[in-house]
Amino acid sequence: MNDFGFHFWTLMPRLWVGATITIKITAIAVCIGMIIGMVMALSKLSKIWPLRIIANVYIECLRGTPLYVQILLFHFGVPGLMNSLDGVSGFYFDVMTTAIVVCSLNSGAYIAEIFRSGIQSIDRGQMEAARSLGMSHTKAMRYIILPQAVKRVIPPLCNEFIVLLKDTSLLAVIGVTEILKTGQIYITTTYAPFPAYIGVACVYLILTFTISRVVNYIEVKWNMSSK
Amino acid sequence: MIEVKDLHKSFGKLNVLNGITETIRDQEVVCVIGPSGSGKSTFLRCLNLLEEPTSGSILVDGVEITDEKNDVNKIRENMGMVFQRFNLFPHMNVLDNITLAPMKVKGMDKAKAEAEAMELLRKVGLVEKAKVYPDNLSGGQQQRVAIARALAMHPAIMLFDEPTSALDPEMVGEVLNVIRDLAKEGMTMVIVTHEMGFAREVADRVLFIDGGKVLEQGTPQELFGNPQQERTKNFLAKVL
Repeated sequence: MNDFGFHFWTLMPRLWVGATITIKITAIAVCIGMIIGMVMALSKLSKIWPLRIIANVYIECLRGTPLYVQILLFHFGVPGLMNSLDGVSGFYFDVMTTAIVVCSLNSGAYIAEIFRSGIQSIDRGQMEAARSLGMSHTKAMRYIILPQAVKRVIPPLCNEFIVLLKDTSLLAVIGVTEILKTGQIYITTTYAPFPAYIGVACVYLILTFTISRVVNYIEVKWNMSSK
Repeated sequence: MIEVKDLHKSFGKLNVLNGITETIRDQEVVCVIGPSGSGKSTFLRCLNLLEEPTSGSILVDGVEITDEKNDVNKIRENMGMVFQRFNLFPHMNVLDNITLAPMKVKGMDKAKAEAEAMELLRKVGLVEKAKVYPDNLSGGQQQRVAIARALAMHPAIMLFDEPTSALDPEMVGEVLNVIRDLAKEGMTMVIVTHEMGFAREVADRVLFIDGGKVLEQGTPQELFGNPQQERTKNFLAKVL
């Protein structure tokens, strides 16, 4: 059992290095995902049917397939296809590129649904009141609907952030040295899986717990300031 | 002036309006009464195209508003609407509720918009509530703010969709007083209401709508005092 403490505490600093990569990927992916999600949510609610179809296909495909498969398809499948073309060879994606692209696209699909339901949860009378004052649909969205929807989507958005943070562990398969991969590398040289995986789990837990507390705090403060 | 010709509206297979033809003159106050589900709110909502008519024409000052070539936003600027459930913007204080449309739609500068808003708040008796959020107002106060918000666009016509139906009884009076003042100032108004006493007092003309048609219309004295149609008599016997 002394071994446990030794391995646990030896690994911990390295896991925090891995954690910075996990946090970086998650944060960038959620930011890009929010932009994609907003565009897709508005497309899905649009009167223009080609936009609706594009948004629906995107959302269904990305939510309907496992992130694990998406990572492998993008990282190995796409370069494989490219390299089979005439005149192309040695095409590959840097692991961080794959990580950010796939995670952004994946979270974008979930965030699109979060935004869509947030927008639709706003009482119909709000849009009617805005339109009756002569505002265009775009202005009504911008000044009336979206500001109210944003508040309502914070809890599910926080949840999505936590889910994505945990799911980045799947990136270990392509060799991104995030938290899980760091733990696995440690195991290959020390053969100490139990303390290593416990350490990995602890780091994830600390991160997710911190995020949910911070978001909780912001939510309470925001509600107080604007009511 | 609003000229409605053979207005029809159906939701799927349900025909709500079955051919309404009606002219509302400048400075006229028209009250619309009738049983629930008769189509009176739908009629009102067609006037500013919150509902798209299935067929028929609506001319406002000679402009065919159902024509897609005409800018619906411009048309709506000229017609204020007050809703049964107020529909104030809950994320903005009273002043911002009122100044938003003049600033963002008409491009009015902030100082002017706020000065006008304060003037309107004085008119509806809520100057001291300028910085308060709608959730902290009573129903009657919210509705008065909603009226001020609609007036801020300087509309030529005001549409009221059962403005007192969602209010506690003791708050009905304060809202009706504001509408009464508007009537005295010569505002053109169409008011869907269940307040028969108020309709009788304030209306130049009363329309009785049932089954998506104007069954009977006339001055309040005519319609309340001497209704011609059996259906009107029955309705009035129940509500008066």
